[in-house]
Amino acid sequence: MKISLKAQSKRGFFTGADQILNAAVFLLLLIGIVLVYAATRDWFAANDLDPEYYLKRQIVNVIIGIALAYGTTLIDYRLLRAYTPFVWGFGVLGLVAVLIPGLGSTVNGARSWISFPGGLQFQPAELAKISIIVGMALILSERMAGEDRPSDKQVLQALGVTALPLILIVAQPDLGTVLIITAAVITMIALSGASLYWVVGLLIAGVVGVYLAIASGEVSEYQLNRLKSFVDPSADPQASGYQLRQARITIGSGGLLGKGLFNGPQTNGRFVPEQQTDFIFTVAGEELGFIGSSFILLLYFIVLMRAFAIARATTDLFGKMVSIGVVAWFSFQIFENIGMTMGLMPMTGVPLLFLSYGGSAMFANMIAIGLLQNVYQRTR
Amino acid sequence: MRDRSTLTLLVAQVLVISLMLSLFGRLFYLQIADGPRYQEAALDIQSRDIVAPALRGLIVDNEGNALATNKAGLMVTADRSVLDKFEDKGVSVLTRVAEVLKLEYQDIYTRTRLCGELAIGERNGCWNGNRYQPIPITKDASEKQVFTILERSDLFPGIDAKPVSIRSYPSLAGQRATHVLGYLGPITEKNLNNEEGKRYYRNELIGKAGIEFLYDEQLRGIPGIKTVIVDRKEIVRQESLNRAPVPGNHLVLSLNAKLQAAVEVELKDAVFRARANGYRGDSGAAIVMDVKTGEVLAMASYPDYDLNIWENGITVNQARDLYSEKSGVPALSRAIQGEFAPASTFKVVSLSAAVDAGYSLKNTYECPAEVQIGDRTFKNFDSNAAGRISMTTAMAISCDSIWYQIAYDEWVRDGGLRPKPSLNDYFFNSAKGYGLGKKTGVDLPSELSGRLPNRQWKLDWYDRNKDFYCNYSEKAKKSQLTPYLIEIARENCLDGDKVRAGDMVNFSIGQGDTLMTPLQLAVAYSALANGGKLMVPKVAKAIVEPSGRVVKEFKPEISGRLPIKKSTLKFLQNSLRAVVTGGTATGAFSGVGVEVSGKTGTGQVFGRNLDGSSKDDTSWFASFAPSKKPEYAVVMMVSQGGFGASTSGVGVRKIYEHIFGTNGRVAIFTNGNPKKLPRIDSIKAELLP
Repeated sequence: MKISLKAQSKRGFFTGADQILNAAVFLLLLIGIVLVYAATRDWFAANDLDPEYYLKRQIVNVIIGIALAYGTTLIDYRLLRAYTPFVWGFGVLGLVAVLIPGLGSTVNGARSWISFPGGLQFQPAELAKISIIVGMALILSERMAGEDRPSDKQVLQALGVTALPLILIVAQPDLGTVLIITAAVITMIALSGASLYWVVGLLIAGVVGVYLAIASGEVSEYQLNRLKSFVDPSADPQASGYQLRQARITIGSGGLLGKGLFNGPQTNGRFVPEQQTDFIFTVAGEELGFIGSSFILLLYFIVLMRAFAIARATTDLFGKMVSIGVVAWFSFQIFENIGMTMGLMPMTGVPLLFLSYGGSAMFANMIAIGLLQNVYQRTR
Repeated sequence: MRDRSTLTLLVAQVLVISLMLSLFGRLFYLQIADGPRYQEAALDIQSRDIVAPALRGLIVDNEGNALATNKAGLMVTADRSVLDKFEDKGVSVLTRVAEVLKLEYQDIYTRTRLCGELAIGERNGCWNGNRYQPIPITKDASEKQVFTILERSDLFPGIDAKPVSIRSYPSLAGQRATHVLGYLGPITEKNLNNEEGKRYYRNELIGKAGIEFLYDEQLRGIPGIKTVIVDRKEIVRQESLNRAPVPGNHLVLSLNAKLQAAVEVELKDAVFRARANGYRGDSGAAIVMDVKTGEVLAMASYPDYDLNIWENGITVNQARDLYSEKSGVPALSRAIQGEFAPASTFKVVSLSAAVDAGYSLKNTYECPAEVQIGDRTFKNFDSNAAGRISMTTAMAISCDSIWYQIAYDEWVRDGGLRPKPSLNDYFFNSAKGYGLGKKTGVDLPSELSGRLPNRQWKLDWYDRNKDFYCNYSEKAKKSQLTPYLIEIARENCLDGDKVRAGDMVNFSIGQGDTLMTPLQLAVAYSALANGGKLMVPKVAKAIVEPSGRVVKEFKPEISGRLPIKKSTLKFLQNSLRAVVTGGTATGAFSGVGVEVSGKTGTGQVFGRNLDGSSKDDTSWFASFAPSKKPEYAVVMMVSQGGFGASTSGVGVRKIYEHIFGTNGRVAIFTNGNPKKLPRIDSIKAELLP
C-alpha cells in the first residue's frame, strides 16, 4: 500500500483525498445508519413510538460529521498548530463544564454529558481526544535542528498537556475514555522516538494508576462491578454480567449468515441494553452474521491500514504524530468496543467508531478522519 | 532516525493487525465454531412456554355419579416478584386484598409464603410451589370482588384475577371419600426437576394424595403449550408453536357414592357410640369389599375433612388441624395407614396354624380362665373358664386360653429360646399366608404393611434397640425408670433378639407386636369368603376417554391363596357364622335380616394418650355376607372404641342393612353391585353446583 508521493494539488475532500479511506468510512457510516435503525425500529414501533426516531437523528449526525470532516480538510493542518492551544483549551473547558452541577448530567454512573435545551446532549470527552492528540503532536514534533528525538522536557510537556484533561475525565469518571486516551498517549510517545525509559515508565505508571484509582475508590462501584463481571460473569448477573452474556449470545446466535436485517429476535426483543450505542456490534452480529460482521471488521482494518500508510508517507513530523495519535485511538477503541461485546475485554462505556448512535463521538471521529485526509493531501 | 521511526511504526502496525485478527478469531469462534450453542441459548432467552392446563378428567363412582369434577372459579393470585419490591413487602396490598375478599390477613399472608420462608411450626397453609408462579390466594372469588381488584389495579399491584377451572368434590350422596379421592396441589421443584421422569409445567396442578395422586397422569391429560417469542419486557412478539390441551381421561371407581356415604355415617356413628359408652373413640376405619373381585365399594376413615378446602384456599387453622393430634390427624387414612393389633379377628390365622400343626378340628379343647407360662399368667379375655369346648365354640365365644396353650406348645416344639435349625413356625407361616406384613397392593398411595413380628423382625428390632435397653438407666427418661420397666429393659437386653414364649402367646391372639391395617383384614376375610383367594383390593375400575372409549378396565387380581385346606376353610366359615348366631356378635346382629359371618376383636393397646390416660381397646369387627353365598366383606375398626361387638359390630350390622335394604332401609344394591361400566355424563358433572 505505497502511497503516491507525487506533488500535485490534492485539494478537496472528495477529489484529492485518500479515496480508499473515504470509501471505507462512508460504507461504515451507511452500515451504522442501517444498524441503528435495526436496533431501534421494532422496539419503538412496539411501544408506539416513532420507529424512525433514531434513524433520522443518526442521519443528521452523519451529515454533520461529514461536514466537519470536510471542514477539517480545508484548513491546512500546519496552520492548525497555531490554533492548537485554543482547541486544547476548548476541550478542557468542556470537561470542566460537565463537572458543574446543573450543566453536566449523569448517564450510567458517569458525569460525562452536557445537556442543552431541547434534549441535546454533548460529550466533551470525545472532543478532548482530538485536543489531546493535536496538543501532544504539537509538542512532540517541535525539534531543535539535528535532534532526532523529543527531549525529556518535551515529553514532560506533552504529558502535562494530557494530564489536565485526563484528570478531568477521571473525575467524571469515564474509565473507557481514560483507558483509550492513555493507550493513545503512550503509543504517541513511543513512536515519537522518545527514550524507551519513558515508554516503560509510563506503562508502569499506567498500571499503578489503575490500581490507585480502584484502591482510592475513584473507580465507582458501578465500574468495578463491570470489571468484576468480566473476570467472573456470574459476579453481577443482573447488571453488567447479564449484559455481557446477552451480548455474546446475541452475536453467537447470528451464525454464518445471520438472522437477516431487521429480523434478529434478540435485537428486536432488545435483550442487549444500549444496543444502538455501545453494543451496536451485537446487532451486526445477530442480523448480518459472520459474513456481515467480518465485512465490518475488514472495513475497520482498511481504515486503520490507510491511517498507517498516511502516517508513514508524510514527512512532516506534526502530521505524522497526529496520524499516529488517531490510529492509536481508533485501534484501541475498536478493539475495546468489539472486544467487549464478544467477551474479550471488560465492559467500559465506549462507542463503536462510525457505527454507534450518537453525535459527540461521531463528530470527533469524523474530525479525526478530516485530520487524516488533511495530512494525506498535504503530503509531499 | 528515519529507520527507527519506520521500524516502530511497523511494530505498531503489526500490533494493530494482531488486535484485528484476534477480533476476527473471536468472531469466528462465537458465530461459527460455537454458534449452535449460542443459538440455543438465544432461543432459551426468547422463548416462553405458555401452559394451558388440560381439563382434568372426572372421577365417578360405579354408577357414574361424579365424585370429583371441575367447576368454573375466579382465581385471585399474587405475584411475589412485584409484591417483594415494595418497602413493606406487599403487606399493605395484601391487607387490602384480605378486606376485599373477606378473608383473614394471616391466612392470605401464609398462603402467599413459600413453605421454606416460614419457620417450621408455621408452615400450615404455605405455598408449596415457587416464587415465579402466580400464587393463588383464592379460587372462589365473586365477580364483584374480582372487579374491584382489577378496576383499581393501582391499589392492587401484583394482584391478578382470572377464571380457572377448579377441582370440586361435590358429595352428591353426602359422601366425602376424603382419603380415597385425595386432592390437588401446586407443582413442586422436585416435580419440575423431572425427578420422577415425568414432564410437568409450572402452573399445573397435580394430584397430591389418594386417587388424584396415583392416577394423576391419566386424569391430568396433556397441557396445551403455546411457545412464544418474547422481548425483554416479556411482551409476546411471535408465536412459534401451538398445541391444544388434551383433556384428561375419566376414572371410574369401584366405589359407590351412596354406600360410601352410608359407611361414613355408620363409622362416625360407631365412634360416637364408643364415646357415649365412655371410651375415647379417637378414630376409625370401615371398608366394604366385593369378595369376588376385590373391588373396594366403600372405604372410610374417621376423622375426615372436606376436600374442597384445598381448592378454595386452605386457612392456617384448617391446615394445622389436618395433622394435629388434637383433631385426630384427619389427613391420615386409617383404612390403609392405621396399624393396629387385630386381636381376636386374628384367630382365623391361629386356627389355620393349629390345623397345620396337627390339631384336630373334631377334638375339644380346654378353655381355662388363665394359663401359666413361665413366670407370667395369661388370662382369658373375660377371665372366665369355659371348660372343654369345640374349636367352633372357641371361635364363637372367642376363647383366648386355647390359643395360649397351643402357641406355647408349638413354640416349645420349635426349640423355645434355642430355636431348632428346621423350624415349623406354624403361626408365623399361617399369618404370612393371610397377608400379614405385606401390602395388599391397593391402588392408593402410602399404604402400610402392618407387622409380622416373626424371628427376623425380632432380630432387626434388637439391632435397632439393644443399645437403648442395654444402657437403659442412662438412656431412658426419668419417668421411664420404674422397677417394672427396668425389668422389661433387662429382659429385652438379655434375649430381645429371640421370640420368647410370651411373644408367641400374644401373637396367637393377634396382640403383642402384631399389627394389621383394616384393609389387610378386609382382604383376609374376603379370602375366607371367596374360597381362599387373596384379592388385590381395587379402587379404580376403569379409565375412560372423554369420548367414552374405555382405555383400560382393571381386572380382578389375585395376590395369593390362603394356605389352608378346603375343609379348614369350610370349618372357619362355619365358625365365623357361629360367632354371629351363638357367640360374641349375636346381640349385635340379632334381626339384621341377612346371614352374616364375622369375628369380633377387642385389642389391648399399650401406651398413653396425650393427657396421660392409658389407651382404650381397639374395637374390631371383620365379616362377610351373605354367609352361604358371600358377596361383601365388611371390616370396621374403631381406635379406642372399646368392645368389638358393641362398637364396630353394630356399625358393620348397619352397613349390611344399608347394602341389603333390611330393617326398613332402602337397599343400595338391589341387584348386587354394578358390574357394568356406567355411562359418564361429563356435561352434567361440570354443571354441578
